Amino acid sequence: MSEAIAPALLAPGRTAGMNWRRLVPLLLVAPLVLFMLALYALPVLAMLSRSLLEPAPTLAHYAELAGDEVFHRIFTNTLWTTLVVTAGTLVLGYPVAMGLARARTLLPLLLIIVLLPFWTSVLVRSYAWMVLLGRHGLVNEALLAMGMLDRPLRILNTPLAVHIAMVHILLPYMILPIANALRQIDPSLARAAAGLGAGPWAVFRQVTLPLSMPGVMAGILLVFVLSLGFYITPALVGGPRDMTLSMLIAQRVEQLDWAYAATLSAVLLATALVIIAIFQRAFGVGTAFRMSAR
Amino acid sequence: MTLAGRGASVALNSLEKRYEGFGAVRGVSIDIRSGEFLTLLGPSGSGKTTTLMMIAGFETPSAGDIAIDGRSVVALPAHRRNIGMVFQNYALFPHLTVAENIGFPLKQRGVAKAERARLVEEALELVRLPGYGTRQPRQLSGGQQQRVALARAIVFKPRLLLMDEPLGALDKQLRESLQLEMRRLHADLGITFIYVTHDQEEALTMSDRIAVMHEGRVAQIGPPEELYDRPENRFVAAFIGESNFLPATVRGREEGHVVAECAGSLVRATCTTNPAPGESVTLAARPERLRFVDGGWPAPPPANRLAVTVTEAVFVGERCRYVLRTGDGTSLVLKEPSSAATRRRVAGETAEVAWSVADTILV
Repeated sequence: MSEAIAPALLAPGRTAGMNWRRLVPLLLVAPLVLFMLALYALPVLAMLSRSLLEPAPTLAHYAELAGDEVFHRIFTNTLWTTLVVTAGTLVLGYPVAMGLARARTLLPLLLIIVLLPFWTSVLVRSYAWMVLLGRHGLVNEALLAMGMLDRPLRILNTPLAVHIAMVHILLPYMILPIANALRQIDPSLARAAAGLGAGPWAVFRQVTLPLSMPGVMAGILLVFVLSLGFYITPALVGGPRDMTLSMLIAQRVEQLDWAYAATLSAVLLATALVIIAIFQRAFGVGTAFRMSAR
Repeated sequence: MTLAGRGASVALNSLEKRYEGFGAVRGVSIDIRSGEFLTLLGPSGSGKTTTLMMIAGFETPSAGDIAIDGRSVVALPAHRRNIGMVFQNYALFPHLTVAENIGFPLKQRGVAKAERARLVEEALELVRLPGYGTRQPRQLSGGQQQRVALARAIVFKPRLLLMDEPLGALDKQLRESLQLEMRRLHADLGITFIYVTHDQEEALTMSDRIAVMHEGRVAQIGPPEELYDRPENRFVAAFIGESNFLPATVRGREEGHVVAECAGSLVRATCTTNPAPGESVTLAARPERLRFVDGGWPAPPPANRLAVTVTEAVFVGERCRYVLRTGDGTSLVLKEPSSAATRRRVAGETAEVAWSVADTILV
């Protein structure tokens, strides 16, 4: 049946036809919206409601958190880890993104190198880091063999191990949006800047970097939010003092302390939302994710 | 802002650029005078843009030298050459305002903020966009953006301005008004312009001299009239304007002219070389310089004549365009200014065409 007949059958008249056209996008997203509502939003709400309704409607769980020393330490540690990992991925990822953006013939190879870890399970990569960073791991053995160490360093089960492993795992999330933003930049802009008297550093500072900011913001946001809730890696390579919010939640769930776990989850979710809101206000997440305008 | 006589002289000496065995520029030597408006004209792939990019410092020559005011700049990076440059796609910085864009080269040169603002406003006035400083580039039309790019390229008072098809993305009307504006700017600033285009009309309108580029070499260099009236080779005759090419055989010389036999008639041609009798040559003649002998010449019709048959007649408005065939089967185009008083010819009729010796070039 042709497009023109369908609206005529449903509702005769020109304006009705226009409304039908406007409905099409809504109908297209409807299955996803229903799926998300039924299988994501409702369970999350049900879980969060436990923090307020168990055993009776109360704010006691939140009040308890506010005064909990252990929670404070873990929350601070989680934020700190997130900051360090975000900064680490940014510093290491930006140059790689620049290489990726400039690559021509090498591009497929570089993309595979960047994406390869992406396709490997986080669990496998975390175990790999345990093997590498352990007391008799590759890193220690190599340093000992080169005579740079007298006895093995303790890396595994320290914050350093958590930072190294998380930076490695989250790097693609930083690299890809930045590389994408850099690729969008018209190459004649850098030429124009150089022609107008800007040296290589000035070109980077005044042209390339500002124009890549949407990608940088997208990368920071992705890595920040992802590492905020990271669980497997800190649990495997971190020490007992490196507990993060997600580990604490898992611990409470194991103890069947559902109300406390739900309260912690609410705090984690709120923190992520606040950060997204800050980004939205300051830079506009819309611009951060406006990938291909050209 | 009067800077008369402030232009740089540029000497290109056997300039070459090879890309993996392919020669994009193959030995270009041009001496560009101080304050000259020189155009590099050629089809795409002729090496004109590569030549410009080497002058700007974005490409490194494979061989040869570029000297600005007598000093070689080949070893100098682009940002230290102090050359203004305008790109085809404008290349305005999208994250900066119009004023910040124009102030960019001044900022790189450490010009103080207040002085910068003054020079930016001055440059905006020069390109007739006063008060546009606070706008974003994307809020401007293509023509306005190109004028901002122009202001940015001249605000730091370079002695040399390079332009890479700056009007290529604009529509015809805008292009014509900007062409006049460029000429005015060139006269006002007195600096040297090197302009790249594939549009021959643009080149003829604006340039002091045109270097026609073909396959990485300069096919001919000279003032517009000279290129049009006395093309030195077939490529230039065909690329600039339209030309009829007539196969002919040299019969002799006479008063500085070559006498050649063409489709059974003897014609005379201006010629710089000295071809031997019996040699096969090609004569070029512009379609608008041919006339029908009985088509109302003011004076006695000129010396070169051919009998032809009309094969096609098209009324174009301002003129009539005729395709003619000579006795030996060569096709000729004749353009006649249209007039209600002129009799229009139809396909199939025979006629005689004439044109002057000065308009007959041996190529």
